[in-house]
Amino acid sequence: MLKRVSNEAAESDGPEAYCFCTLRGAKRPRTKFETLFSIFDMARIVGIDLGTTNSLIAYMKEGQLCIVPDRNGRTMVPSVVAVTDNGLIVGDSAKEHLTRNPERTVYSVKRFMGKGLADVQDELGYFPYHLTETGGVIRIRLGQKSYSPPQISAMILKELKLRAEAYLSESITKAVITVPAYFNDSQRQATKDAGLIAGLEVLRIINEPTAASLAYGLQKNTQGTIAVYDFGGGTFDISILKLKDGIFEVLATNGDTHLGGDDVDRVLVDLFVAEIRVREGIDISGYPDYIQAVRLEAERAKIRLSDDLKTEITIELPEDKRFTRELTRDQLESLSMSVIERTLIPCRMALKDAGLTQKDIDEVVLVGGSTRMPLVRQRVEALFEKPPHCHLNPDEVVALGAAVQADILSGGTTDMLLLDVTPLSLGIETMGGVMSSLIRRNTTIPASAKEMFTTYVDGQTGVDIHILQGERELVKDNRSLARFRLKMPPLPAGVPRIEVTFLIDANGILNVTATDMRTGQSQSIEVKPSYGLSDTEVERMIEDSFKFAAEDIGARKLIEARLDAESLIKATDKSLTEAGHLVVHEETDAIRTALSQLSTAKDGTDPRAIRARMVELEQAAMHLNVVMLDDSLKKGLQGKKVSEVS
Amino acid sequence: MAQTSCPFLLMDHDQPSTHSDPHRQLQMARSMCWHCQSEVTGEYFCERCVKVQPVSKETDYFTCLGSPRRLTLDPKKLEAKFYELSRTFHPDFYQTKSTEEQTISLSNAAVLNTAYRTLRDPIQRAEYLLALETGSVKDIRTSPPADLFEEILELQDTLEEYRASDRGSDQSHRIRVTLQTEEEALERRKEEMESQLRRLFADWDKLQDAGEVTSAARAERDRILKQMRDLLSHRTYINNIINDLAATIN
Repeated sequence: MLKRVSNEAAESDGPEAYCFCTLRGAKRPRTKFETLFSIFDMARIVGIDLGTTNSLIAYMKEGQLCIVPDRNGRTMVPSVVAVTDNGLIVGDSAKEHLTRNPERTVYSVKRFMGKGLADVQDELGYFPYHLTETGGVIRIRLGQKSYSPPQISAMILKELKLRAEAYLSESITKAVITVPAYFNDSQRQATKDAGLIAGLEVLRIINEPTAASLAYGLQKNTQGTIAVYDFGGGTFDISILKLKDGIFEVLATNGDTHLGGDDVDRVLVDLFVAEIRVREGIDISGYPDYIQAVRLEAERAKIRLSDDLKTEITIELPEDKRFTRELTRDQLESLSMSVIERTLIPCRMALKDAGLTQKDIDEVVLVGGSTRMPLVRQRVEALFEKPPHCHLNPDEVVALGAAVQADILSGGTTDMLLLDVTPLSLGIETMGGVMSSLIRRNTTIPASAKEMFTTYVDGQTGVDIHILQGERELVKDNRSLARFRLKMPPLPAGVPRIEVTFLIDANGILNVTATDMRTGQSQSIEVKPSYGLSDTEVERMIEDSFKFAAEDIGARKLIEARLDAESLIKATDKSLTEAGHLVVHEETDAIRTALSQLSTAKDGTDPRAIRARMVELEQAAMHLNVVMLDDSLKKGLQGKKVSEVS
Repeated sequence: MAQTSCPFLLMDHDQPSTHSDPHRQLQMARSMCWHCQSEVTGEYFCERCVKVQPVSKETDYFTCLGSPRRLTLDPKKLEAKFYELSRTFHPDFYQTKSTEEQTISLSNAAVLNTAYRTLRDPIQRAEYLLALETGSVKDIRTSPPADLFEEILELQDTLEEYRASDRGSDQSHRIRVTLQTEEEALERRKEEMESQLRRLFADWDKLQDAGEVTSAARAERDRILKQMRDLLSHRTYINNIINDLAATIN
């Protein structure tokens, strides 16, 4: 899919001609009417927590935070969408269809946002609905139709919007939506798309843990250095912030967008399914409805065990059979230990990136339903060496924070400001398949980087640019975000100068602009978003970046050595052709031998050997180069008077 | 995956333009308002139409953060200024403004963030100042200190030997101990360099504060900059080796 962005629309009365181009679609310049309208437009901006398991909508009025409840006073809308014969239903009533109509009821759609099918291959078996892929984006088949994850999310957003409109008796058109801090560009863009599909202008995408810190800052007047441990249904984030005089400065963030309470449920599901097979002789893995029943019972049991030390599991089976078993908290904890341990790795990395130790953290704040598990609290306390706290409801605090940010954007709250960071390094592909970082992870956003591009062949009319996100050295180990081709004026090599600005905006979304430095004209860019790499791979990239750091450095050294060797071989070949006749045979023979030895070394994998052969070749060719230089000087001087030379 | 023809990067980009005039003031103060075309007299806003003004491309990071070109800066003051300017420029406060103002706020905030990130770290700050004063930060090659050259070559060999060795074996353990000792020695060397750097920073600041333009002052300035460049280069080199070592043995 190609999207073309023209810069013609850029207003001429602006300070410069700007052409913004996000990686997915264009940021349309506002019309004069819209600009005028927005000045007087005091429409309410709501805050939305679009969660894996539950979603909430909140607002702020005169300094008071409020979550919109339904008729029964419930604040959470289950993030479940069902296609029934009577149409689409969302939330609590859709949840009933999980077991009744599993193939046509979608849950945990957040796990698919901004991903291709290959990204979720490992967990396809856990979902009763049918997934396909078109244009790099997952599609969910429900009955006769297919939906993309942003479309499903939009249904949830629409439900929240309707709920708020009914409650407040006004139309809701603007929102701040939260995403996991560790969401990449594609995932953020997909969330923004969902808002658009739901008829909401998404004024800001804000990170969940930082949203939570805003709510804490406002309601508890928290100050100092805090760690927000956000363990939800499908994602895990850790953010470390400094709170001072109303400024919320994120120092570092880390996480895993594929780690949550769902993973604990799966461990239990696997156990129960295996036990049912052994004890009752029934393999229910082929029955999506029974699997759903097991999953829901597992989730309920997990929740009960946060308060109780043991609980009774009851699952209705085919042929009027029934599976029952007792589950103790101890059993649950030993089963979920490995999932919970995985959250501690990003915590340590975030501390390291922030340049802090456990002792520097003044407070630890818990966010997300999964932090209700006593084992989570124990492990967090052990890691940070202080009891975490959760004065605010961990299910609601993110939505409340989104409402605070909404109030800041509408001009209501002026004393609070959130300075967030980009969670992943952004870079471009350079020679030899190496990623060159332009903006490092944990850089405060908005952040920009400029790169000057030119041609290396006469008359070249374009340069391909491949944008990447991730922490590894090599292109193939990072997430490909997009590709675009930079148009170059057909001039001698090295003459064109196109400056490309990579700007990560306050949403954490990348914008790309290009300017021809010779003419000052900005250039239109066609950006082709790519979903080539799996996101499980992106997650792995970060973890691996530490594990494989040494290996990466080695690979990079080899690539660099090979590139250097190549240019030396080329240059020496040239010298031989041009000046070989000026030196004795023995010398050219020695150079040729050194050349072929270097060629052999270059095909090997030892960068040190390549470097050593390079030194040998340089020594062998030293005299030749001197002779050549003298010769060209002599030629240059011929026919000139002494006075012209001095 | 399609083969990408690799972009050819010019290495001399991103150079802050250098001016010999040491008394260069805020560039934006003398420019014209993009909106009402009147002369901008305020610092960040046009006083006539109250529109935010873009930070000039000529503004260096020290000027941007209202700091003299000194190498020892009070981190608290720097942070306070950064917070103050963030409140001035952050896009959050321009949501209800025009598209042009939003664009300016976005790019000003990006410049501000880069400026703070650079000046907050003493090493990056010194490298940036060197670039400003001599105009060629990319010329700083990471090179080993001459007296350590042999030692480092030997260390590289030991490192290779360790990588090839069978972990858990006695030999591997022995090499690891050697490498740890080496690492500690290099750490000490790095600290030494850093304290030398701190002395140079103080020298530089004294010279700046005196503000003399004599030839002696100029010679002193060149001496400091040259020594600083060499030290920074050696420090980066040592630092890379330490990181390499730490990644391998830990």
